[in-house]
Amino acid sequence: MTTRAEIEEAVIAILAQELLLPPGEISPDARIDDLGLDSLGKVEAIFALEERFGIAIPFNANEPDLPEFDFATVQQIVDGVERLIAQSAE
Amino acid sequence: MRRVVVTGIGTVNALAPDVPGTFAALAEGRCGIGPLTFRDADRLTVRIGGEVRDWPSEGRFDPARLPLYDRVTQYAIAAGAEAMAMAGLAPGLGNRGGVILGTAAGGIATWEEAYRAVLAEGKNRVSPLTVPRLMHNAPASHLSILHGLTGPVLSVSSACASANHAMGLALQQIRQGAADVMLTGGTEAMLCFGGVKAWEGLRILAPDACRPFSLGRKGLVIGDGAGVLVFEAEDHARARGAQILAEVAGFGMSADAGDIVAPDPEGAARAMRAAIEDAGLSPADIGYVNAHGTGTLLNDRSEATAIRAVFGDAPPPVSSTKSMHGHAIGATGALEAVACLFALTRGVLPPTMGFESPDPDCNLDVVPNAARPSDVTACLSNAFAFGGLNAVLAFART
Repeated sequence: MTTRAEIEEAVIAILAQELLLPPGEISPDARIDDLGLDSLGKVEAIFALEERFGIAIPFNANEPDLPEFDFATVQQIVDGVERLIAQSAE
Repeated sequence: MRRVVVTGIGTVNALAPDVPGTFAALAEGRCGIGPLTFRDADRLTVRIGGEVRDWPSEGRFDPARLPLYDRVTQYAIAAGAEAMAMAGLAPGLGNRGGVILGTAAGGIATWEEAYRAVLAEGKNRVSPLTVPRLMHNAPASHLSILHGLTGPVLSVSSACASANHAMGLALQQIRQGAADVMLTGGTEAMLCFGGVKAWEGLRILAPDACRPFSLGRKGLVIGDGAGVLVFEAEDHARARGAQILAEVAGFGMSADAGDIVAPDPEGAARAMRAAIEDAGLSPADIGYVNAHGTGTLLNDRSEATAIRAVFGDAPPPVSSTKSMHGHAIGATGALEAVACLFALTRGVLPPTMGFESPDPDCNLDVVPNAARPSDVTACLSNAFAFGGLNAVLAFART
């Protein structure tokens, strides 16, 4: 069972790697656009999350307003990953 | 400077394995995109594409040479044969003839087959023909061999602009006197498991349809195929009484020198302006633009901005035939050159199919969902590649 705290830590670590920042500089409340993550950085982060948790994240860069997976904030990413982990365990 | 004209065209693509079938599909607005049928397609998350249908290789090619031909080469040979037959050139061009073809992925299915054998199936050897099949210049070299063209022969690879760059270089060879005739265009056969898997990772493939410039577009749809055009010095063509389809009037290219994937409207506009200027035309002379129009959010918005920058408040009609034949990557400019030749010779603009409703960020007349009669006398064909490389051709009636 993966805890929410573990997921949050992994999300922040992955974002930090893409942004070349120390993880401590990414707040759990951060908005992704405010962090300056570009479009390629975003798909790389999604790939890293999929590999880390063994999930498939539904995301199409052409539909930013209709995300099946909300990538707006750290907490929304954690919510989404938690949901997909639960689904994959079903 | 010698003027250059088109005296033959050939194509294989998702719409048809020849020019008459492709012209009919462009006139009808028929879409060639459908379910992917190759091995392991069920392991993809995106399962549509513009596959070349009904393509038994047997019977089309010399059986002794067929083992040398990846599909990327097969498509080029078939399109090249059609173009040469239309041009009616006598054999013996020798070093006054050449070949420049674009391809982005070359023989990618041959790479895949070899890796599958040694990595997935535990084998310890691959076909001895692996290298000559997969090399990017294989299609150009086989056309030179089959047609006895011993002048300038090479391949060009600039992702989605490969074919337009190839045709631009072919135009320059004839203009500067290095050849009288050039077979040119592009070929691509990326619709295999590894090819689509790689694109999936970018998260820009549409799962349903290619809807360029439309609200609700979800990205691009990959297609396969080849387009080969016979470019010929006008004096050479007239001297032998050849049928002239159109003039290759101009070529312009530019680089964004910015982002590796995100397009820059300024770079696209510079390439369009350069092509118009090279053709000795003004923007008002251009009656149609065959757009790059991939159906991604970013390309279509950027391209619309660039077209408005070049043409001002009254841009000509613009359509993206990728909505029908798919995005044939390194071949797409050649398929779209064929669409431009359709527009100029038939007086009909091919449509943008799958169009649902206008996107305020793409304020253009995109010839939605039905072909339209037009007395177009000059047109542009845009290609804007990942890597920020832009290549635009201008074609005109003679």
